[in-house]
Amino acid sequence: MIEAPSELREDLRLISEMVPQGARVLDLGCGTGDLLAWLQAHRGVNGYGLEIDHDKITACIAKGVNVIERNIDEDLSDYESDSFDLVVMTETLQAVRHPANVLDEMLRIAPEGIVTFPNFGHWSCRLHLATRGRMPVSSHLPHAWYDTPNIHLCTFADFEALCSERGLRITRRLVVNGGYRPNRFINRWSNLFGNIAIYGLARARSGSTGPRREPSS
Amino acid sequence: MTAVPSDSVGIVVPQHVAFDTPLALSCGAVLPRHELVYETYGELNAQRSNAVLVCHALSGHHHAAGYHDAGDRKPGWWETCIGPGKPLDTNRFFVVSLNNIGGCHGSTGPSSINPDTGRPWGPDFPAITVRDWVKSQAMLADHLGIETWAAVVGGSLGGMQALQWSIDLPDRIRHVVAIACAPRLSAQNIAFNEIARQAIYSDPCFHGGRYAEHGVAPTQGLMLARMVGHVTYQSDDGLREKFGREVASGDLELARDVQFQVESYLHYQGRSFSQRFDANTYLLMTRALDFFDPAREFDDDLVRAFRDARASYLLVSFTTDWRFASERSRELVDALIRARRNVSHADIDAPYGHDAFLLPIPRYLDVFSAYMDRVASETTEAAER
Repeated sequence: MIEAPSELREDLRLISEMVPQGARVLDLGCGTGDLLAWLQAHRGVNGYGLEIDHDKITACIAKGVNVIERNIDEDLSDYESDSFDLVVMTETLQAVRHPANVLDEMLRIAPEGIVTFPNFGHWSCRLHLATRGRMPVSSHLPHAWYDTPNIHLCTFADFEALCSERGLRITRRLVVNGGYRPNRFINRWSNLFGNIAIYGLARARSGSTGPRREPSS
Repeated sequence: MTAVPSDSVGIVVPQHVAFDTPLALSCGAVLPRHELVYETYGELNAQRSNAVLVCHALSGHHHAAGYHDAGDRKPGWWETCIGPGKPLDTNRFFVVSLNNIGGCHGSTGPSSINPDTGRPWGPDFPAITVRDWVKSQAMLADHLGIETWAAVVGGSLGGMQALQWSIDLPDRIRHVVAIACAPRLSAQNIAFNEIARQAIYSDPCFHGGRYAEHGVAPTQGLMLARMVGHVTYQSDDGLREKFGREVASGDLELARDVQFQVESYLHYQGRSFSQRFDANTYLLMTRALDFFDPAREFDDDLVRAFRDARASYLLVSFTTDWRFASERSRELVDALIRARRNVSHADIDAPYGHDAFLLPIPRYLDVFSAYMDRVASETTEAAER
């Protein structure tokens, strides 16, 4: 019995729409399990979350969400290739030690992945750094530079360059604002105005390299 | 004891049941009849949907919670986890705890009388496996009118029984809680068990297992066995924290008659155990541990072993447990994920080694309670439907 939230945060709702019915889903850094609870209740997925935060693990268990205490920087090699249909990682990429390795592992474990992360190229970050000469602190990135779990911040353009380098194909990109809402304007100027991006990833087709999209502004 | 604590089940009375239905054992032998001693805590609901089976470990028994009389110094062995407001909340669950066959606390075992000879079974008592225990526990469930357990729960060898339940009788169990457990013993685990057995065999009072007929008991051997076992249940850090190099008696300067604290502790543990436990039961239990390997019947494929299981699983391991290390629980988790079973796993940071599953470690109890809350809410939903 799953206790799914009655309403899902907008970015998680957008992700849930990208998940096929009945898929086997691995959620890296699943937090308190809201996405998995929703997917289990509404999409009939067979889902598992990896998490290291003790309180969040207990929260998942209390919800009836499968949660495994594993460090995604160290333990992903234990998972067999193609053992899942989809690997999801929401707002965790910036907190892992080896982001490139984690991305590679995601698309080894499943043919498709979904990744979201905060945009360090957002105009407010750029303005903060340009005008104050200090590391940006905002509602999305609330930590001081010396005490933050976010050790690998990047911009959308940086991420797309990395995907290209690792031979990962970007199948989809949605950008949401600070309220986790999509809007057409920020899609056009995403690297400047988008707060959070939701990327759909797949392994490169044989013969093709890099993402289909043009690099972001 | 002055007063029973409010979070205890209080005074409990062990119950006995005798089964005249023959029990076919894995070893080929048949037990024509057997008796079980058990205790229950809490009330079985009208739908009979809230029953939880507690399986004991190597040296455990049916007395898992509460007190036998007002003069009892110590409560049952899992008082930490069973009682009102505890993970196995007796306000919500009907908890059943038994002494397994082969035991020495009232259920049929090597110290019982063999009806064929009129003498104690001793070494002739048939070898018992975890699967046999599951069969016998199912007979107890039938006797109590329990079609399906809300959960089968246990630590160590108890967890193995819970896992075996989900494989052998998948329709009769909704949840497994396996704590400080392993899918099978390692060579090192078996090695320690063998040292313990050899300690018992080499006691001059062992008499090939027929010590009862000689009116003696191999207490020295059993004491040694327990001492070896006890060290493997503790962690290096835990022993250091508890005893360090403190000297209990003697003079370290003169190197005369020295006894370290840890030595006298082990002597005490071994001695008190050897006075309340039967050596043949100890041999039988360690053998059951050694033989446990649910994958064996599935071409050593643990994933296949769990493929027809239907239960959901909670696994809990402890970081300093080197007898059944966290890695062993991860093996189980990985197999369960591949078998598409629901599974959660928490690895609890605690310095107490394997014995941690008996101790009130806050995070362990939180995780266990959170899981059992879910089990209880399903039980209520089932009742409301």
